[in-house]
Amino acid sequence: MTDDAPSATAKHTSPDQDLTMQSVTIGRPADELFAYFRDFSNLSSFMDNVERIDVIDEHRSHWVVKAPAGKTVEWDATVTAEEPGRSISWQSEDGADVPNSGRVTFTDAGARGTVVSATIAYDPPAGIVGKVIAKLFQREPAIQARRDLRRFKQLMETGEIATSSRTQTQLQEERA
Amino acid sequence: MRALAWHGKHDVRVDTVDDPEILNPRDCIIKVTSTAICGSDLHLYDDYIPTMKAGDILGHEFMGEVVEVGAGSTLKKGQRVVVPFTISCGSCYHCGKHQYSACDNGNPADNQDIGQELYGQPMSGLFGYSHLTGGYAGGQAEYVRVPFSDVGPIVIPDGIEDEKVLFLSDILPTGWQAAENADIEPGDTVAVWGCGPVGLFAIQSAFLMGAERVIAIDHFPRRLELAKTFGAETINFEETKTYEALMQMTGGIGPDAVIDAVGLEAHGFFVDNVIDQIKASTFLGTDRIHSIRQAIVACRKGGRVSMPAVYGGIVDKFPLGAFMEKGLTLKTGQTHVQHYLPGLLAAIIEGKIDTTFLISHRLDLEEAPQGYKMFHDDQNEVTKVVLKPGFGARSGDVV
Repeated sequence: MTDDAPSATAKHTSPDQDLTMQSVTIGRPADELFAYFRDFSNLSSFMDNVERIDVIDEHRSHWVVKAPAGKTVEWDATVTAEEPGRSISWQSEDGADVPNSGRVTFTDAGARGTVVSATIAYDPPAGIVGKVIAKLFQREPAIQARRDLRRFKQLMETGEIATSSRTQTQLQEERA
Repeated sequence: MRALAWHGKHDVRVDTVDDPEILNPRDCIIKVTSTAICGSDLHLYDDYIPTMKAGDILGHEFMGEVVEVGAGSTLKKGQRVVVPFTISCGSCYHCGKHQYSACDNGNPADNQDIGQELYGQPMSGLFGYSHLTGGYAGGQAEYVRVPFSDVGPIVIPDGIEDEKVLFLSDILPTGWQAAENADIEPGDTVAVWGCGPVGLFAIQSAFLMGAERVIAIDHFPRRLELAKTFGAETINFEETKTYEALMQMTGGIGPDAVIDAVGLEAHGFFVDNVIDQIKASTFLGTDRIHSIRQAIVACRKGGRVSMPAVYGGIVDKFPLGAFMEKGLTLKTGQTHVQHYLPGLLAAIIEGKIDTTFLISHRLDLEEAPQGYKMFHDDQNEVTKVVLKPGFGARSGDVV
């Protein structure tokens, strides 16, 4: 690279791995955002395709992620690096249906709050077995990450996640 | 409840749908007492705005009584409120700068994709105005769910009737912001294209801000008459060559500031406009922009261009050369309604601004489809349609 732009914005990326990076600025202190994110059981509140995450211990968690046709895929993930208030990285453990890893950084942005950047790398499964699952994850992971970060911002800045639903029934359908 | 829903081009119907419910802590539910059809609703009616879905409830100018509040709302049941058409959180960076229509959080996360792709960054949510702006149900209904009700709605003191304050929801602050964006200096001559509600309020506002002369341009005699009552000089572009007239009326200088209050459905059979119409009808472009083009060419050197008019897409044949060579300044944008509400409500109460002259027709909500058709077909006589749920029953006028 000959410029200062993040590598995830390069025009040509490595063909064997899909990498997506999204950033959002949130008008809250980095410590507060980190603390909320670090408790992985909170992530399903704004990550649309995560049904739930069970915290196993300080470093390990069990992810239950929505798949097409009402099914779910599950895996265990391990925190591989952590700098309190600054960054956290995790990786799926061996045997995951969709091997993946993520890193989220929290950078102080002064009066504007905190820049939260998420880099998600995933390795879609090959062959027929993983086809359905792959479809889910190939459904524009960048868009999914971007939407999730917007919801995180809404929740942290306003205390709620914006919806244009009119009724509870519509809201349940929207979040299903 | 009953609500006016969009079903396609020139097809709006009053449907029975589920009542809205409190979904988030900061929500409230309003029982609508008055709601208006906006000129920009005609853009939806004419199917010029993408991302509409059959069944979408229209309406972004409304007021009513608070009937239900969430735990985070600061409103109380029974209060009368006017609701801004922009849905803004009050907590983000842009709301902090009073750029409410640029709110980061008012538009649901998934809907923000469209704005991000079209415009680079998504804008705030709006009531009843396509899924581009959130897909929120609008106010031409008996009840409306109002998000962020601790930030948007303004409480109206008792004793002030609906019609005096209804237009705080959109067109009055939009006209005011249009004049503010023209950076008017005492002694200025300001030209306003379009004497619809926004143009007329911009004329009133321009005089209040110190303009010496306002020249109003339209082709509907009734609207030009209204402009005249506020002290504007008029140009009927069907009878008069607008640019030539403006140059003569300003001693060869051109207006110091120009305001385009027409927007994407600009009338006028000029060659460039006809090309725009052909393109629009063949989906090659959605914006017909004769008025802004003419405003830029007429504006004096170093002058200011204010564009409250709604544009949605990409245009060509924009006079970029005239804009650059003459060193013009352009200010535009959806209205930051919440920013203007306290000042404008005070001006109404003090009698400095009256907006009730605009209302030409009052209908029951059930008659909303006729209201759309009338407004669409006769913009000379129909200057503003106000809809009132239950109006027919109350007035004994059987619908």
